[in-house]
Amino acid sequence: MPDIDKINNVAVADISKLDSITFADGQKVNNQDVSLVTDAHTLISTHTASSDDTLDITSGIDSTYDVYEFHFVNIHPSADSKKLRMIASSDGGSSYGIETTSTVFDSYHNEADDGYSLGYRGGAAQSTSEIIIGGSTGFDDDQACSGIMTLYAPSSDTYVKHFIAQIHQSSGSDYANNTFAAGYINTASAVDALQFSFDVGKIDLGTIKMYGLAKS
Amino acid sequence: MAKTLISTHDIAVLGASESIDITDGIDDTYNEYEFHFVGIHAETLHTDFEFQVNASDDEGGDFDTSLITSNFFRNYQGESEDTGGPTYKTDRDLAVTAGYQELSYMIDQDDNDECLSGMLTLYDPASTTYLKHFQSRTNANHHNGEYTLECFAAGYIGTDDPTDQPAITEIRFRFDSGDIDAGVIKMFGVS
Repeated sequence: MPDIDKINNVAVADISKLDSITFADGQKVNNQDVSLVTDAHTLISTHTASSDDTLDITSGIDSTYDVYEFHFVNIHPSADSKKLRMIASSDGGSSYGIETTSTVFDSYHNEADDGYSLGYRGGAAQSTSEIIIGGSTGFDDDQACSGIMTLYAPSSDTYVKHFIAQIHQSSGSDYANNTFAAGYINTASAVDALQFSFDVGKIDLGTIKMYGLAKS
Repeated sequence: MAKTLISTHDIAVLGASESIDITDGIDDTYNEYEFHFVGIHAETLHTDFEFQVNASDDEGGDFDTSLITSNFFRNYQGESEDTGGPTYKTDRDLAVTAGYQELSYMIDQDDNDECLSGMLTLYDPASTTYLKHFQSRTNANHHNGEYTLECFAAGYIGTDDPTDQPAITEIRFRFDSGDIDAGVIKMFGVS
């Protein structure tokens, strides 16, 4: 008998249950070995905005993972041309404002096809306020920003905490705007909470998903 | 997209070393490999973090035969406000060269809280047809430790014979001087 690759046109590796029975990697189906895809990219939590001043992630950032990804999906501001920001905490979100140094540059091009640029947009120098990680985001009903920020080893008690972000937004002036932010949260203490906001107004809509990448 | 952790290379387990060589697991199982760098800390002040590969025609070799053509740009921000916007660095790129490709440079380490983190993606290393493309983005403490330095390197690896492009099977990461004193490199395969 040949190995089973698919059942009802679904790859065996993508099937986790048969008739509500969960099976594990290495078990057999009709005496056939099954190997499941193991995703080392674990969804820890999902945070959905509903006209919030901020979205705070105050749990799940710990030593379980040493690489965290924050996926921003259609983050929509309540006011026009506002920028997504981040600020860190080392006391679970009781207070925010760890010195952070960062870079921000972007490229953009507009719908009118008469404006484009690549350039440095300024960063933060030991700022204890929110630092910019996204560009100017429009608030038309179809406008928002999306992207990913990666935070490295937030629970380290030795090193500063490096982060890298790339966020794309449709701007208030109808530009496609690709923003690259990076830097470090300048503390050797563990960072265990992050707060996201726009520079003015609320986060009307959108989702932030936090993933951990397996350590071993 | 699912990521599978293939191997973890932790200096805390391996001990300080001149390089981290990954000589197993780079094959045709995946056509996209990610190398994540977490808290890479140098023994020596102001060194460059870099990589080279061995192709299948030089397995076990000294990481000195694969030809790299690349581009490199960076930007930085000082804690005391001085900045440098995205700037191409002609002294960090390679042109059909069998040398090491820098992923970041002049990294600081003397305050002990300084390190490098980031990621390198290597595409389709098992191909015997195409040049092997890579992209990296890293962030590091730079110079005297009071700068954040973000570097982008990208390029392709191969031979100068378009009809002979052996698979890449091994990769080495190192500082250009001294040991890797601390840090973790994790290799993921992307399904």
